[in-house]
Amino acid sequence: MTRAAGLGRDPGDIGAASPSSTGTTTGTTTGAGTSTGAGPQRPASSGGKPPRRRTARGRAARGRTSRGPSAPATDRGFLSDFDWRRPHVRWTMRGAHSLLLIGLVVGCVGPMLWLTKAAISTTQDTLRAPMELWPSGVDWDNLSTAWNQAEISTYFANTVWVALGSWFFQLLVATTGGYVLAVLRPAYARVITGAVLATLFLPGVIVLVPLFLTVLDLPLLNVSLLNTYWAVWLPAGANAFNVLLVKRFMDSLPGDVFEAARMDGAGPLRMLWSVALPMSKPVLGVVSIFAVLNAWKDFLWPLIVLPEPTMQPLSVRLPIIRDTVELDVFLAALLISMALPIAIFLVFQRLFLRNAGLGGAVKG
Amino acid sequence: MSATIRWVRHGGLSTLLLLLPLLLAFGYFGWYPIGRAVVMSFQETNLVTEPVWVGLDNFRSVLADPLFWTSVRNTAYFTVLALLFGYPIPLVLAVLMSEVRRYKGLFSALAYLPVVVPPVVAVLLWRVFYDASSSGVFNTILGWFGLGPFPWIQDASSAMPSLVLQATWSNAGATVIIYLAALTSVRTELYDAAEVDGAGVWGKIWNVTLPQLRGILLITLILQVIATFQIFTEPYLMTGGGPNNATTTVLLQIYDYAFRFGDYGAATALSLLLALFLAVMSAVYFRLTRSWSTT
Repeated sequence: MTRAAGLGRDPGDIGAASPSSTGTTTGTTTGAGTSTGAGPQRPASSGGKPPRRRTARGRAARGRTSRGPSAPATDRGFLSDFDWRRPHVRWTMRGAHSLLLIGLVVGCVGPMLWLTKAAISTTQDTLRAPMELWPSGVDWDNLSTAWNQAEISTYFANTVWVALGSWFFQLLVATTGGYVLAVLRPAYARVITGAVLATLFLPGVIVLVPLFLTVLDLPLLNVSLLNTYWAVWLPAGANAFNVLLVKRFMDSLPGDVFEAARMDGAGPLRMLWSVALPMSKPVLGVVSIFAVLNAWKDFLWPLIVLPEPTMQPLSVRLPIIRDTVELDVFLAALLISMALPIAIFLVFQRLFLRNAGLGGAVKG
Repeated sequence: MSATIRWVRHGGLSTLLLLLPLLLAFGYFGWYPIGRAVVMSFQETNLVTEPVWVGLDNFRSVLADPLFWTSVRNTAYFTVLALLFGYPIPLVLAVLMSEVRRYKGLFSALAYLPVVVPPVVAVLLWRVFYDASSSGVFNTILGWFGLGPFPWIQDASSAMPSLVLQATWSNAGATVIIYLAALTSVRTELYDAAEVDGAGVWGKIWNVTLPQLRGILLITLILQVIATFQIFTEPYLMTGGGPNNATTTVLLQIYDYAFRFGDYGAATALSLLLALFLAVMSAVYFRLTRSWSTT
């Protein structure tokens, strides 16, 4: 369950991810000579430094300024160049790395390759000889059967719809909220920031049931969101981590730019749209990717608020499909459900690995 | 009155309007439910009649439930196993990977790949792997080495370790990436210093690398404990709490109270107890480890 565990694990992500996330910050705003008052959360290293791809490494490099620019191993780890020249160290490390690579390929990619294989095998083959390659031929029909007969197409579309809406509301709340708290800074901004921060530190499990009852009967409005996508979209907006991430990014934008825009007669909304948002593209990219991916992963919350089968996303539907279709079709359905997140990861790999602490983190 | 007009002129109103999405989202779906959780745990709520104030009854019935201690024990067992499997593996991987000189990106991408697989897909796939017959995927592979067949999730004693194995596979990659990022900020002049003092490879890892990761190691430890205490998807989809309640966790209990029995009071009471426990544990942990931490 992404929600509950997500809230529980987020606080440390700030600590864990800050070197890398500020890396994005410095990468774009550097050189601009930040003159906005440094907020308390603003890292000391984010002003006026030359652009670096990764601050974490950059910081390490700065720590070594005593070394001349011609110093040999700027990227050294616990092994020195001398160590690397010793044959037994070199061969041990090479051996260890080869084993590691094999282990990672078998352990991490292996299950997915098996799934790909099994998705186009017959049920009999998968049950009798799961590790053999198509003893009775390739069965491509599984994929179309899953897509059409098992109605994976419907649930796939539902998932896309859930993800798009969650993405929109997360972005709406995070950008407007972050902008007000970081740039406009009304007198009550500190209180609001504190209250947003507080939700980050409470284990998500507390709100599960009360949140469900709130969605059943929204206070003041007296409407029920049950069996509507609003029930997934709107709570997704209340993501403290996104707000604080965007706020911190906008904290480090140069204040002169906003001052200039104000002089030219831009109102707050215009400043958000034409100045703050275009300058915040990197952080909005990070928020967007993880918003879509987390919506794709989410299970418990849509299970609770979308009891209507025709509206459910893949994650909720797959366990039920498991009992109603044949194994080969079910495995094809699993493969289809996994394809998009993996494709997104492969395309945006660098973004993920630089900001991994934000979305994935230490669950389990 | 004039104060209000000045406030509007100076953009106070438009500021507030821009803040509205945040206030509404957090008001409805953040702050309000948190407050309501506390109130609800002292009430009997069944959605039909008005909630009735029942004092500590919810807490009493939750604590008296014979499954309470079972689920607490199981959750603690899951957490301990997850620490044994899941805590050292990412660290060893990250330390090894930090010395990779070429294709480092490939290594980290491979390690991170399982993290992007949606948990439901991962759990259901592993459920197929755990097929207890001798022609199950894992049993076939182990059969090549003359091992097994093992019952995996069919047996009460091996069900929980099986869940932990899957959860570790799914999540270790994210921690590896965190450690890798932390490793790049290790102050490398200390390695030079250690070498001058004649330290070997192990000496450098033990005396320079690990101490500098201390801060992040302490944080990932407590975060992992907090997250594993809220484990739900794995037992719910893999074993449904069975066999014989061997994998019923606290969150599964909360889910059952609320969404199977409609006892929302008991569900929130148990949630609150869990949250309180986690808060107290984190506070004690941070107090105890304050002097070790570097951050």
